Amino acid sequence: MIQFEKVSKIYPPNSVAVQDVSFTISQGEFISLVGKSGAGKSTLLELFLREEFPSEGRVLFQGDDVHLIKDSLVPEFRRKVGAVFQDYKLLPNKTAYENIAYIMEVMGAGEEDIVRDVSEVLEIVGLIERAHHYPAQLSGGEKQRVAIARALIHRPDVIIADEPTGNLDPYHTRDIINLLIKINELGTTIMLATHNKEVINRLGKRVITLDGGRLMRDEEKGKFMI
Amino acid sequence: MYIAFQRVMRSGWEKFVRDKSSSSAALFVMVIVMSVATMLFFLQGASSFMIVSLEESVDISTYLKNTATQEEITLLKEELESLPEVREVTYVLREEALESFVELHKEDEVILESLEIVGQNPLLASLNIKAFSVNQYIAISEFLQNKSLASIISGVDYFDRAPVINRLSTLTAGIQNAVFLITLFAGLIAILVVFNTIRLTIYSSRDEIEIMRLVGASNWFIRGPFIIQGVIVGVLATLITTLVFFPLTLFVGIKLQAFAPGFELFSYFANNLFLIVSLQLLTGIGLGVVSSLLALRRYLKV
Repeated sequence: MIQFEKVSKIYPPNSVAVQDVSFTISQGEFISLVGKSGAGKSTLLELFLREEFPSEGRVLFQGDDVHLIKDSLVPEFRRKVGAVFQDYKLLPNKTAYENIAYIMEVMGAGEEDIVRDVSEVLEIVGLIERAHHYPAQLSGGEKQRVAIARALIHRPDVIIADEPTGNLDPYHTRDIINLLIKINELGTTIMLATHNKEVINRLGKRVITLDGGRLMRDEEKGKFMI
Repeated sequence: MYIAFQRVMRSGWEKFVRDKSSSSAALFVMVIVMSVATMLFFLQGASSFMIVSLEESVDISTYLKNTATQEEITLLKEELESLPEVREVTYVLREEALESFVELHKEDEVILESLEIVGQNPLLASLNIKAFSVNQYIAISEFLQNKSLASIISGVDYFDRAPVINRLSTLTAGIQNAVFLITLFAGLIAILVVFNTIRLTIYSSRDEIEIMRLVGASNWFIRGPFIIQGVIVGVLATLITTLVFFPLTLFVGIKLQAFAPGFELFSYFANNLFLIVSLQLLTGIGLGVVSSLLALRRYLKV
C-alpha cells in the first residue's frame, strides 16, 4: 500500500534528514517509526503527506508516486489520509464538532451525513459532551481525541500520527493509543511516529527504527531499542 | 457546488464573527481608508467648486465704438458666440453701463460730480465675454485684435486684466495639480495600509491555512472564507463610514462656509451619496478581496 524506495532528504547545503530509506507497508498494518529526535521520523511522514519532496528516491501510495501527483490533485490525495499531530493542529475558531465536520464539508458530504457521522465519531472518542467546545476550552487529551476523530471521520485508507502522545500524560497516552488500536482493528492502516518507549513495547506491532536518518531495524513485533 | 458555496459563505461569516481581533483590526483600518477616500472625493468637489467660482469671476469686455451699427454689433456677437472657447457673450448698452457705474460708485461723490460735469454718458457699449476656461481668453482677445474689427471695436480690456487672469490660471492649475497629487499620495498610502493590515491578519491565520491544506481542503475552499470576510468588512465599513459622514458633513459644512462660501458640503454629500457609497463599496470590497488573494498566495503553495 505504501512504499518508500531508497528515499533521501537532504536540506541544503548538506543536512541529512533521511538517507536511503526503503520499506513497504501493507494494507491494515500498524507500524511504528521510532528514533531519537532528529532521527527522521517526522520527515518520513512529511514526505508521505507531500509536504516535502525527496532529494532522491520515491514514495508510492497505492502504486502512485505521491510526488508526481499534480498540484491540483494534492487535496484529493490528502483526503485519503488522516493525520494526527503532536500539536493537534485544530482550527482554533471552530468547535470540536466543526473541526471534525470540516473534513466532510471539504469532501462535499451532505448535512445529514455530517450530523450522523460526526456524532458517531464523537461518541467513539468519548467527546459527545464536549462537541461544542472550542479547542482552547479542551484539555490536551481531549484535543488529541478531537484530532483523531477528525483523522477518522472520512474513513481514510491510512492514518499517520506524528508523536500524538508527545504532549500528554500517561493516562491520556494510553487512551489515545487504545483508540488507534481500535481504528486499526477496523482495517485502517496506521503509521505512528513516536519516541515513547512504553507505547512501543505495549503495542507489540511492527517497529521501524531510525537513527541519523538511516533505517536501522525493521522488526515484525519490535521493541523500543535505541 | 451550491453546497460548497453555501459552506464557504457560512464559514466566512463565522470567521468574521469569531476571529474578532483580525475582523475589528481590518474593519477599523477600512473605515479610516474609506474616510480618507471620501474626504478626497470632497476635496475634488471643493476644488472644482473653487475653480469654477474663480473662473466665473473672470470675463473680458470689448468696448464698442459709438459709430458701430446695431447690425455690426449683432454680427460680432454671433461670431464671438460661434468661437469654441466662448461660453457666453452679453451685450451691455451704454445706458446699462452707466447705471452699473453709478451703482458701483454711489458712495464716491467725486466720481458722481465728475459725471455731472461731463453732462453726457461717457461710457461705451460693450460685449462681455466669458470663456470656458481662464486660459482661453488669450485666444479670444487675439480674435478681437483682427484688423477687420477695428472699425467697431474701441478696445479690449484683456490686456489690462491679463496679469490677474494669468495669475488665476496659474492658481487654478496649481489647485488641480495639488489635489491630484494629494489624491494620488493619500490613495497610495491607504491602499498600502489596507494591504498590510490584511496581510498581517492572514499571516496570523497561517497555521489555520496550513491545517486546512493538510486535511485536503482545496485552495478555493481555503480562500473562500477569507474573501467573504473581506467582503463583510468592506460592506460594514461602508455602512459605518456613511453613517459617520452624515452628521460630520452637516457640522463641518457649516464651519466650511467661512472658507468656501457657497460650497455646501452636506448637500454635496447627500447629492452624491449613491456615487460615494459605490466608491466606498468598490474601494472596500475591491481592496479587501484583492489584498486577501495576494496575501494568501504565498500560504497556498501545495
